[in-house]
Amino acid sequence: MRISLHIWRQSKKSTKANFKQDGKMVRYQLDHVSPDMSFLEMLDVLNEQLTKKGEEPVAFDHDCREGVCGSCGVMIDGEAHGPESGTTTCQLHMRSFRDGAEIWVEPWRAAAFPVVKDLVVDRSAFDRVVQSGAFISVNTGAPQDANAIPVPKADADRAFDAATCIGCGACVAACKNASAMLFVGAKVSHFLHLPQGRVEREQRARHLVAAMDQEGFGNCTNQNECEAACPKEIPVRVIAEMNREFVRAKVRQEPVSSKRVGGDG
Amino acid sequence: MNLDARIPDGPLEQKWENRKFEQKLVSPANKRKYKVLVVGSGLAGASAAASMAELGYQVECFCFQDSPRRAHSIAAQGGINAAKNYRNDGDSIQRLFYDTVKGGDFRAREANVYRLAQLSVNIIDQAVAAGVPFAREYGGLLDNRSFGGAQVSRTFYARGQTGQQLLLGAYAALSRQIGLKTVKMFPRTEMLDLVLVDGHAKGIVVRDLETGEIRSHAADAVVLATGGYGPVFYLSTNAKGCNVTATWRAHKRGAGFANPCYTQIHPTCIPVSGDHQSKLTLMSESLRNDGRIWVPMKPSDKRKPADIPDAERDYYLERKYPSYGNLAPRDIASRAAMTVCEEGRGIGDTGLGVFLDFRDSIQRVGKQAIAAKYGNLFHMYAKITAEDPYAQPMRIFPAVHYTMGGLWVDYDLQSNVPGLFVLGEANFSDHGSNRLGASALMQGLADGYFVIPYTIGGYLAGQKAGAIKPDHPEFGKIAAGVRDMTKRLLAINGKRTVDDFHKALGKIMWSKCGMSRNEKGLNEALREIPALRAEFWQDVKVVGSEMTMNQSLERAGRVADFLEFGELLCRDALERRESCGGHFREEWQDGGEAKRDDVNFCHVAVWEHRGEGQPPVRHQEPLAFDNVHLAVRSYK
Ligand SMILES: Cc1cc2nc3c(=O)[nH]c(=O)nc-3n(C[C@H](O)[C@H](O)[C@H](O)COP(=O)(O)OP(=O)(O)OC[C@H]3O[C@@H](n4cnc5c(N)ncnc54)[C@H](O)[C@@H]3O)c2cc1C
Ligand code: SF4
Ligand code: FES
Repeated sequence: MRISLHIWRQSKKSTKANFKQDGKMVRYQLDHVSPDMSFLEMLDVLNEQLTKKGEEPVAFDHDCREGVCGSCGVMIDGEAHGPESGTTTCQLHMRSFRDGAEIWVEPWRAAAFPVVKDLVVDRSAFDRVVQSGAFISVNTGAPQDANAIPVPKADADRAFDAATCIGCGACVAACKNASAMLFVGAKVSHFLHLPQGRVEREQRARHLVAAMDQEGFGNCTNQNECEAACPKEIPVRVIAEMNREFVRAKVRQEPVSSKRVGGDG
Repeated sequence: MNLDARIPDGPLEQKWENRKFEQKLVSPANKRKYKVLVVGSGLAGASAAASMAELGYQVECFCFQDSPRRAHSIAAQGGINAAKNYRNDGDSIQRLFYDTVKGGDFRAREANVYRLAQLSVNIIDQAVAAGVPFAREYGGLLDNRSFGGAQVSRTFYARGQTGQQLLLGAYAALSRQIGLKTVKMFPRTEMLDLVLVDGHAKGIVVRDLETGEIRSHAADAVVLATGGYGPVFYLSTNAKGCNVTATWRAHKRGAGFANPCYTQIHPTCIPVSGDHQSKLTLMSESLRNDGRIWVPMKPSDKRKPADIPDAERDYYLERKYPSYGNLAPRDIASRAAMTVCEEGRGIGDTGLGVFLDFRDSIQRVGKQAIAAKYGNLFHMYAKITAEDPYAQPMRIFPAVHYTMGGLWVDYDLQSNVPGLFVLGEANFSDHGSNRLGASALMQGLADGYFVIPYTIGGYLAGQKAGAIKPDHPEFGKIAAGVRDMTKRLLAINGKRTVDDFHKALGKIMWSKCGMSRNEKGLNEALREIPALRAEFWQDVKVVGSEMTMNQSLERAGRVADFLEFGELLCRDALERRESCGGHFREEWQDGGEAKRDDVNFCHVAVWEHRGEGQPPVRHQEPLAFDNVHLAVRSYK
């Protein structure tokens, strides 16, 4: 296959949201692309060519290359992770494109995810949101036997479905408001469906929503673009669950003792 | 080299209790004065960092990915073992211990393995309390599946994403401590050297992968949890970033490297499709619960699988190993696949493949039940091969998967360098010469949650807190060496890319030191690798600069280390003149089954680095088997 690529090249980290001046699209041509290559293997081939010519290869994040670490992710022809649904960039294969295709490749664009270089963005905002409360406050030690609290299978499955989020950021990139509601909702939903997680449900909802706002993610206006872009098909019901949890938490007074996040008293 | 394993006294069942009791303690008020560096945020590193911070130590944690959640543990699919005996099928700590020692072909330390089996039980409790959504039955209790090398059902799982869910559990605990400011996290940061002061590990030198800055971090102890070195073979099921850099550089500073030749080839991976291939994808061993492995009886039978009647199929694992069948351990299943391919009965265009067939289980329990158990794996398979595994059998082939070798550690997980602890896949401790499925997750979490929080105290109690600062001259010296190497790599400006060298090394390793090894091939590899390394340092081309993100430079450093380490791996394989577990020497076999030599090789081989150009020295830690009988491993 013959493929033309237009790739965002940027050498320095963006400091402000107005990213358009920080880099530019550059056109490259590849003449021998195999349909069995993954999208990232196609970029590998490009990078080998660039290196041999003495040009800097295109920087992009990747690691597992099997759709589970959440490292990879770029906008391909304006779609997060490209044209296939339920698929990460590393799992996308060139057989999804036609011979002679022109493909536009850009990094995630969101105020909370500054571009670091080329296609690499800084998603540390996600980590900080998690640090604010997406956990159960148990220390390592000797908790009770794992089977002491039965969990209905349907609940465990719902928790699991939310917990499969890989933290890639496609939901944010796909959203015109750059909202992180699908990602954060997935954390809320994961813990909400487990009895162990319900103990701290109020403070978790409050803290996660506050952290999300503080990081500069936008609001949700129910466009559902996030669900369409999500490679793990996290359902938008998690957003509804988060909203309910937040309202529920607001009407209940925060107990004084839980003010310290994850207090380990 | 001091290789005293410091195994506690007492009967096997009491050893760990005894060690915990005799260990010196650091009082709660003093703990916060000590700083510990944890390199790695996988299951081992994240659980260690979180647990030590909970105890009160100051912790700094490092990983090269952009978030600790992306460590390669995330990719583990099938499950985690624990001797819970929830199935009432006769499991026990004793049985898990025995299966693991036997599975490792009697090349692991009894005391370590026993402790692992004991702690397995606590891991499941801890993970459930932390919100890990393991698979459950309709009654609300935890479900189990079977894994290779066991006749009981003791594997806990979360669909095909067990590693992901366990890592997210450890990452959540770590994140909580980061939020509480007891752990300082350094993502996109690569450890490039270890700093010793008066023979003790007191810090590391790192490169900030975003800015290129070289920095020193000083502490009272250093914990390495940097994972395995599978990509020394280039193609493997590991993530692209997995490397040997941290452990190799620690080795060059004096840490013994144990059993580097013990590498695991996993029987069920998607076969290679072309030269562009950048990695191989595992199809979890758990699939062998419901899938049957076969090849046609006749060589070069190119009929469609559905057109081959049962009578003309060879379900060779069921035939050769009737009591374990498709659940024979990995080393055995891989070699059996290789054998049928060598007989010309391999399938697919290349003839390097066998079928993993779900026809019978789909008939038995229905497509939906199979999808519920393995949906994500079937989806992954379909994405990669453009074939539907519900309608036709999967094509699979063995691939490099796990590395049992690693830095030598004593019972407390301390290397021979005082103050340097090594956890998870990075150490050599528990799996002997072949790891059983679902036991790496168990080991990583046992090390991180339950061993290091105790044993680190035993070391720190004898150290003055905060005695070494990053302005100590040793740091300056070592940081200068790191800068120098970076500059050298950029200055060569040759003609071949880093990947080109990496692939060339992988070819040598796979063909001469892969699934089966012999003296001639190993000697060739030992000539070819140094030649390739010399060429690398003359002809590699790394574009870009050092003071910015530069992914080629990162890879160049890792490949430079693989080019040194690969040689040691082959040397170890040459010197181990026996076959055991994943190390198969053609000269030592019994009709294709590994033939151990317990008289001469019932020991751990520990290599000492003697400087550039000097041959490394091979030391031995003898292995004693007081509780299990050293037997020929049989799965028939
Ligand atoms: C595809 C696959 C499936 C598997 N499935 C199973 C399974 O079902 N059951 C099972 O028990 N085991 C399984 N395993 C094995 C198991 O996943 C690993 O052995 C285990 O997770 C390793 O954990 P770890 O914490 O030791 O290392 P890793 O998770 O690999 O973590 C290594 C950490 O070290 C960091 N690091 C490395 N080098 C440096 C450096 N120089 N500087 C800074 N940081 C560094 C990395 O950033 C990372 O955070 C599987 C392995 C693979 C590849
Ligand atoms: S919700 Fe989906 S798109 Fe968003 S980070 Fe998680 S996996 Fe990625
Ligand atoms: S590289 Fe891991 S999800 Fe794509």
